[in-house]
Amino acid sequence: MILARVVGSVVATRKDPRLEGKTLLILKPITPDGKDEAGYIVSVDTVSAGFRETVIAVSGSSARMAQGCKDVPVDSTIIGIVDTVHLDT
Amino acid sequence: MYLGRVVGRVVSTMKDPGLFGQRLLVVQPLTSDLKPTGKQLICADCTGAGEKELVYWCRGKEASFPFLPGELPIDTTIVGIVDSVNR
Repeated sequence: MILARVVGSVVATRKDPRLEGKTLLILKPITPDGKDEAGYIVSVDTVSAGFRETVIAVSGSSARMAQGCKDVPVDSTIIGIVDTVHLDT
Repeated sequence: MYLGRVVGRVVSTMKDPGLFGQRLLVVQPLTSDLKPTGKQLICADCTGAGEKELVYWCRGKEASFPFLPGELPIDTTIVGIVDSVNR
């Protein structure tokens, strides 16, 4: 899994019927200390994450194991909203 | 599977029901001579690894196999604690 910050949303009308009703959010991967990393991911949201929130995203076939995503054509899903990250010093 | 070092942990309240009770640790991937390489990632843990511990972790669908018969949305899991590396 990776840490990421929600930076936007995606609206799509023509899509696979199994994606209907799913929220698509744009994620910016971040490091555990909060710095932005390169690239973006479009991810299905299953935990009602909000704008600028830090989330955990799972990718690959495990993304389909999230609640409500069984047999849905997705490869990235938000599966948790992060409260805090503790780093050992 | 890859070597890694536990460098932190993540607390999350709102999460997928499959993750309730799972520990989520921040892992720094390491090269075979134990130098940091690549981006830090969040791993589930089936071994009880602690902070700064040397572990090995796996990636992909197989990462959810330690939690069978549950089908958890997990793509990186710590599957072992390393005692020693001989090279």
